[in-house]
Order: sequence, then structure tokens, then C-alpha cells
Amino acid sequence: MSIQVEKPTSTSMLDLLANIWAWVRKIPPVYPIFLLVAIGVSQLNPNFATVNGIMAFIRRAAPLVILAMGQLFVLASGGFDLSQGSVVTLTIIGSALIMHNHEEYTYLAIAIMLGFGILIGLVTGFVVAYLKVPSLIATLGMLLLVKGGGLYWTGGAPKGYLSEAYRFIGRGYIDNVPLIGRFPVSGIVLLVVATILIILFHKTNLGKQILAIGDNAQAAKLSGIKVRQIRMIAFMISAITAIIAGILVGGYGGSSYTAGEGYEMQSVSAAVIGGVLLLGGKGSVYDVAFGGLTLEAMVSLLNLLGLPKPYRDAVQGLIIIGAVAYAGLRTKKRD
Amino acid sequence: MTTKIINGIEIKRENIFKKIPQVYYFLVIVTILGITLDQVFANGNILSNPVILRNILVRSVALGIVAVGQTFVMIGASIDLSVAYTISLTAVMTSLIIQGDPARTPMVIVIVLLTGAFVGLINGLVITKLNVNAFIATLGTGLVIKGILNGTFSSGSMGSVPKSFQALGYEGFGPVPYSIILLVAVLLIGWFILSSTKYGAHLYAVGGNILIGRLSGLRTSRVLIGAHIISSLTAVLAGLFIVSRLGAGTPWVGPDGIYDLESVATTVIGGTALSGGRGGVFGTLAGVLIFGVIDTVFNQLGVDTYLKMVLRGAIIILAVASYSVRSKREAA
Repeated sequence: MSIQVEKPTSTSMLDLLANIWAWVRKIPPVYPIFLLVAIGVSQLNPNFATVNGIMAFIRRAAPLVILAMGQLFVLASGGFDLSQGSVVTLTIIGSALIMHNHEEYTYLAIAIMLGFGILIGLVTGFVVAYLKVPSLIATLGMLLLVKGGGLYWTGGAPKGYLSEAYRFIGRGYIDNVPLIGRFPVSGIVLLVVATILIILFHKTNLGKQILAIGDNAQAAKLSGIKVRQIRMIAFMISAITAIIAGILVGGYGGSSYTAGEGYEMQSVSAAVIGGVLLLGGKGSVYDVAFGGLTLEAMVSLLNLLGLPKPYRDAVQGLIIIGAVAYAGLRTKKRD
Repeated sequence: MTTKIINGIEIKRENIFKKIPQVYYFLVIVTILGITLDQVFANGNILSNPVILRNILVRSVALGIVAVGQTFVMIGASIDLSVAYTISLTAVMTSLIIQGDPARTPMVIVIVLLTGAFVGLINGLVITKLNVNAFIATLGTGLVIKGILNGTFSSGSMGSVPKSFQALGYEGFGPVPYSIILLVAVLLIGWFILSSTKYGAHLYAVGGNILIGRLSGLRTSRVLIGAHIISSLTAVLAGLFIVSRLGAGTPWVGPDGIYDLESVATTVIGGTALSGGRGGVFGTLAGVLIFGVIDTVFNQLGVDTYLKMVLRGAIIILAVASYSVRSKREAA
């Protein structure tokens, strides 16, 4: 009826505003934070906002984003994976050792390392799910096992070089891409991994089951979820992402046995900035991916501000606390 | 367990062996195994040379002191990952302020203890008032301290401690080193607070279920802040011991010793649940001693450094698994 259509415009405007506001409030805080940081970076370094700058940024951020997305699977199920960093190191020194300067062993090395990733994830998952060791302790033990094992295997120093083909994955670009010019290979890896993880977490039962376990493992078990198997799968996904990230880190930075240090804490922090609740029950691959990008952009920002590396650590610590405190205040209000 | 019937009421008398934390059986097994291995494959010095036995204890002092503080926060269902950098902070501040002058010793000790209390207070406030998960909060404060230390003291000498200060690390009261007296004192104080004071009971209550604690009128925030201050203070004491051993402090003494993760591991091995509400300092002591014994045995056998790391990781997992496997609760 025509009378109802002709409402006073001011009311509908208010409704519209209220609707927009309600919609804005639902946006996870990681997106506005990322936007702010990105604007800050591009103000200080105009190169950042160019296509080239963005591509370089994606190349640099890819390993952390991949690690954070893998960490999400474990965090959402209520656990922690502190072994990621040592798996990254193992991947790099292990690949160099397997290749032993033979270009043709590149894909063999990658295949073997992925096999290692599945094995490490299986062992961690078994220890947590069947031996019921809290994951903080289990993955700390695995950290020592993997790090010590890797160093023992290589005799304490990186041996051999990573082949050109191998390093291309982490640092190379594909040239002559229409519209954007060049695109980093690690960006393609990131997109593939992200797509697979998004499908696993958001489009299949696996993600829902992981969240259910993280929310209340007992209830999940009683409703027929195979808690142990799902937990093992979560740790396997985390370990495999660590192997993939290791390949990228090795390609970008070369062979070194400290390459992976600190990545486990960074990936947990990135996931938390991306709105994941520690101890489980909440999380989204999209938000976590942006959490990783945000953390990496923050590092760039601090870098551009001319802070020496150590002070960057300090500010990063403050930012992580601040981000979590902010997220906590928001959820508290909603209760 | 024996039972006794008085006036028709069955009184259960607790078996004394039930009061010993389970981890001590593990300690005995590890020690016997270690001594056997030493006798068979090495020179058997662990038994014949008392210096080695004493060194197991001295080596355990720093970790043991930190682990007592870690036990407090973990009973309160919290965690403190900033201890390693609090240790570094203490070591650097001590040697920087003291500059080899024995007269400044009391002043330095007061300053570092106050600094430690401040770190603990910040940890506690961030966790309780800003509702930041303890893992992230203490990781963050650790990063902040690390950044400040590395940024300010990355190079150059940072002074040294006087000979009289080094007595804490090297000398003793008769045959008993001061460091062991310090460890025992910290343990006894920790045990007394946990078992015999109102604060201890409150801490167990808060760790068991913070909501019930709050509803029964406890000031849960204050209890947790207190635990974090205690944890940071023990880290300061460990830092003082370490700087007295080394003679000078560097920013990396804490993280190099992995005191954050190892204190968590020993506390869990000692039977304190990560979920809080259970545990005690004597269990933690056994966890620390297990690490000490294992280290000594490995040294005796001449095990490769990296292999040592692998075995240590396996032992942490197996030790915790040995009793977690029977629990009906799901681990996460």
C-alpha cells in the first residue's frame, strides 16, 4: 500500500543508520586495525601502497599467515602448538641436507619434509589425544624433540644449500601477470593453503567439530564427535602448515638453524589478534589470516618508525596485549 | 588404607604413602636407572663422588626457585612466561648497579626485588583487570622486557658483581652451599604459604574454580595478582643466584636457560595441573630434581648435546603422560 511506503524519511534514515551501525559492530576488530596499520605504513612509505609494495608485503607475510591459519585449528580445539617454530627450522635444515646441492632433489626434499610434517603432527596428536598430555607440555616436548633431532641429524650446523628451484617458492615472482605485473610464488602457495583451510574449517564438518571440542570436549564426545581423531587431525594440519611455511622461510631467508625461532609465539599472537579465543571454541580462518597480515604490517610500521629491532619486540609485546585486551573488552560487553 | 571403626563410624586413616606426590616414585626410578647406567657405561662417579651429587642440587637451584613461583601461578590456573626475562632483567640490573662495589649489595637487592614485584603486579593487573589470557599477557610483558634489555644493553660490559656477592654462588655454610640453603628456604616458605595460610587456601580455591571463588566472596583478582608477584619475586631470586655464579649479567641468561618453559614443565611433571587448583611445591621440587639427575647422567655418559635435547623432550612428554594417561578428563 502506498501509505505505508511513504514513511517519514528521517525515520528510515535512522533505521538505515542503525542497521549500518549494527552491521559495523559485527565486523571483527582485526579488519579496522589492519586498515589503520596499513594506512600508517603507506603514509610513511608511499611504496607500500603500490602494487609492487603490496606484492612484496604478501611475499614477506605468507609464512606467518600460513602458520597462523594452521595454529587456528589447534587453538580452536582448545590446545596450543608451540612446536611450529622448530618444525620450520627442521624443514629448512632438513631440506638442505637432503638436497645436498643436487638441484634435482628439490621435489624429493619437499615430499620428504611433508611426510615429516604428517608424522610430527600424528605423534603430537597421539600424545595429546591418547596419552592426554596437555598440549602446552606435549608441543613443548615436541619442540625439544624436533629441534634436537634436526640439529643432531645435521650435526649442529646447516649443511648443503637450498636449490634455486626450492628458493624460488619462497622468494620468486611470476612475471607478466596481467593487470598487476608480477605476483609472488609464495602468494600463490598462501592462496592455495588458505582455500583448502577455509573449505576444511568453514565448509565441512571438521571445522564445526573442532569448535565444538574447543567449546566443551565432554559435550562434543557425548554428541558422537570422535574427539581423539579430530584432535589428531588438528595437530597434523598445524604441523603441515609449519612445513609449508618452513619451505617459504627457507626460500626467502636461506638456510639457518635459527630461522624458525619465535614463529610459534608469533602465530599464536597473530591468531589472537584475529579474534581466536585461547582455550578454544571460537575462530575463523579469514580473520586469522588478517591477524597474520596485521602483525606483519605492524612489524613493518615499527621498522619504518625507525625503532631498532629490540624495541620492536617491546612494542610488539604491548600491541599483542592491547589487541587481546580490546577483544576481551568487546566480548565482555556482549555477554 | 586402614580403616578403624569408632562408635560405628568408619574412620579412614590415610596411608602415609598416599601423601607422597606420585612424581617421587618417578624420581626414584630415574635416579636408580641413572646410577645403573653410570655404573655400567661410565665411570660410576655419581655414587662414589659426593661432589657430583652436590652439583645436581646446585644445578637445580635456579630452576627450582623459579619453579616454586611458577607453581603458585599455576595453582591459580594462570601461567607466567615472563620469568626468563625477569631473570635476565635482574642479572643485568644487579651487575650494572653494583659495579663491583660490595657496599651496594643491600641496595641492589632491594631495587631488584621491587622491580620484580612491579613486573608481577603488571602481569597480574593485565590478566585480572584487562582480562587478557595469562599466556598472552606474560608472553607480552616478557617481550617488552626482552626488547628493553636487548635495546639498551646489546653491547659492551655491564659491570660485574664483587667477590663477596659471588659467595652466594660458590661458597657455603660448612659443607652446605648457600645456594642450596636459599632453595630450601624458598621451598619451605612456599610450602608454608600454600598449606598453612589463608592466602594459600584462597589461591587453591581461585585456581579450582574462579567463579565459585568470586561468588563465595574472595577477591579473586587480588589473589591472582599476589601469585604473579610471588612468581616474579622467585625469578628475581633465581636471577640473583645466576649473576652470582656468572659474575656478570647479560640479557640472554634467562632465555638461554629456557627457564620459562622448563619451569612450566617441571611444575606439571610435579603434579600441578595446568588447569589449576591442585599441586604443591614439593612435587615441583621432584620435577626439578628429575631434570637435574637426567642432566648429570647425560654428562656422565657423554651424550651428544642435541641428542640430550631430544631425550629431554621425550622425557618431559613421557613423565607427564605416565599419569595423565589414566585421567578421565580430556586434555587440550
